Amino acid sequence: MKRIAAIFLMTFGLADFFLARAALSINGAGASFPEPIYSKWFDEYHKKDPNIQINYQAIGSGGGIKQITEGTVDFGASDGPMNDDQLKSFQDKHGFPVLHFPTVLGAAVPTYNIPGVNAELNFTPEALAGIFLGKITKWNDPALTGPNSGVNLPGNDIVVVHRSDGSGTTYIWTDYLSKVSDEWKSKVNKNTSVNWPTGLGGNKNEGVAGLVKQTPNAIGYVELIFAIQNKMPYGKVKNSSGQFIKADLASVTAAAAGAAKDMPADFRVSITNAPGKMAYPISSFTWLLIPSKFSDASKRDAIKGFVKWMLADGQNDTEALAYSKLPKEVVSMELKALDKVQ
Amino acid sequence: MATTSTTVPSAGPFLGSRSFLARLREGDEIARLVTLLFAASVVLITLLIVYELWQGSVLPRHKFGFAFLRTSVWDPNFDNFGALPFIFGTVVTSAVALFIAVPLGIGAAIFLAELAPARLSDALEFFIDLLAAVPSVIYGLLGIFIVVPVMRDVIQPALKNTLGFIPLFKGPAFGIGFLTAGIVLAIMVIPYIISVSREILLSVPRDQREAALALGSTRWESTWKVVVPFARTGIMGSIFLALARALGETMAVTMVIGNTPAIAASLFSPGDSIASVIANQFTEATGELYTQSLIELGLVLFLLTFILNGLARVLILVTSQRGSAHA
Repeated sequence: MKRIAAIFLMTFGLADFFLARAALSINGAGASFPEPIYSKWFDEYHKKDPNIQINYQAIGSGGGIKQITEGTVDFGASDGPMNDDQLKSFQDKHGFPVLHFPTVLGAAVPTYNIPGVNAELNFTPEALAGIFLGKITKWNDPALTGPNSGVNLPGNDIVVVHRSDGSGTTYIWTDYLSKVSDEWKSKVNKNTSVNWPTGLGGNKNEGVAGLVKQTPNAIGYVELIFAIQNKMPYGKVKNSSGQFIKADLASVTAAAAGAAKDMPADFRVSITNAPGKMAYPISSFTWLLIPSKFSDASKRDAIKGFVKWMLADGQNDTEALAYSKLPKEVVSMELKALDKVQ
Repeated sequence: MATTSTTVPSAGPFLGSRSFLARLREGDEIARLVTLLFAASVVLITLLIVYELWQGSVLPRHKFGFAFLRTSVWDPNFDNFGALPFIFGTVVTSAVALFIAVPLGIGAAIFLAELAPARLSDALEFFIDLLAAVPSVIYGLLGIFIVVPVMRDVIQPALKNTLGFIPLFKGPAFGIGFLTAGIVLAIMVIPYIISVSREILLSVPRDQREAALALGSTRWESTWKVVVPFARTGIMGSIFLALARALGETMAVTMVIGNTPAIAASLFSPGDSIASVIANQFTEATGELYTQSLIELGLVLFLLTFILNGLARVLILVTSQRGSAHA
């Protein structure tokens, strides 16, 4: 008994010790796409300021929006901006607005598996929309052979693969298709999951990648980071300036820079099909969702302190983890917007 | 029974003759109340689940009514939700699973209980319990990496060439779909059928077998005509346990079914199931109607399980009456 009591005391003593160290604990939840960089940032920031411990649960963008609206977390995170209804329901519930802060950039890329074809394919917006609408059904369709002269595309049926789980990647992909195809916009539109006109569903990036790899003549889309880390082949996409651009860290940042000129004050902007010669067209910000009023001044200062650090030193950590960093224009806009948090 | 209980309390002559307080003091009454409470908690939890699912799906129930069960479009962008393809997929994959698992499982159980040496039987039982304990995501992975390629390259082309005239085996072979999901489910539920059926068969009284053998039946005749019918109710129970598991299985199914809400005659076609679509879409579902429609799917799955279980009970009742009439 004595020994058990001793262990008990020691455990609680230790817990107490560690809890006392992290004087301020801040909780966030949301998007899973930026989780690796967020964990690194929160960890580094804790090392820099041991009094602040930021906890993050990657429960998905939808969950992040729900939890910040219900006030169960101090901040949320989302791969798609909140829509007007969601902003309104936050405002109605709390009496003040919630603000968006872009943190890093991501992109979705088309990946494919055509037996006998090793070339890097060029995709036009029309071809991608046609394939995912189920209208272009063969690999040797003129919409595909046209921009890929010199590649011997077979006459096989295309097998379309998409995400089956709700995801920010699907949001980016369908947001892009809605912009480049009126038919897509009216029939399918954009969301974290949609009513796909055709194709098989794979669970998460891994599921899509697995199906594409295993199924001859398949095409699907995955996050750029996932494609880079798993050394998957992926195609170039024609941007709004008519250039075929391969997604990489620089071309995604270029898309954000192209959109920065028309950046709305609330940062709720879609940068798919952005202007800019070097811009990769299927790119997107991911956002932190931060309430504009805090009742707890120490929490407010901690979060503001973190965002300031993230926009400066934090941006240097992004490329090691294959995230594209924010363009300078956006960083300076965000620093100004941070004053709105009170 | 009823007539005797007027003179002798049903709890037994000795217990009934004592007062409530005496029984309380000796612990009997306390044990009765505590265990009653435990039993009641099961009912309470079930009712709470139904209540929560019912309350959580107010919007789609009012908006769609019974059309929710009849329509087959699932479109979050245009607020259009119909459950039919998911119900179809759940029922079809479970049916395929039972079609494969029941004969295999019962056959194996008969061998283990009646024909195999006791030592071999116990050793195999260990492996079966091990199989039952494998997490479903592992079955899903095995499904993706082993079953799917084999299905696509070997089994589906073979079925197409031999039985392709039946609509069940038509269409392109992707390797994923209803048939593959059903097969993976079958592998998952077989251990349940074997394990429970074996126990039931082992518990059949020895004199039943001996009587049959004494009447001149062969060993197989005594097994098939006496032991198995005697254990019929329990074996049915094992099948329903397997059915319940198949209906609700999520991870393994979602990894091999193709996640496409479709109703098709071909077992090669990709489809979707209720549990799978909930797991896929709930975390990222935005908007009240969308979320609540997913909750209503949960309610539908609950009712589906309830109805199939009810049918199962009726089936047991009917067959066991017929069994006793023969006996």
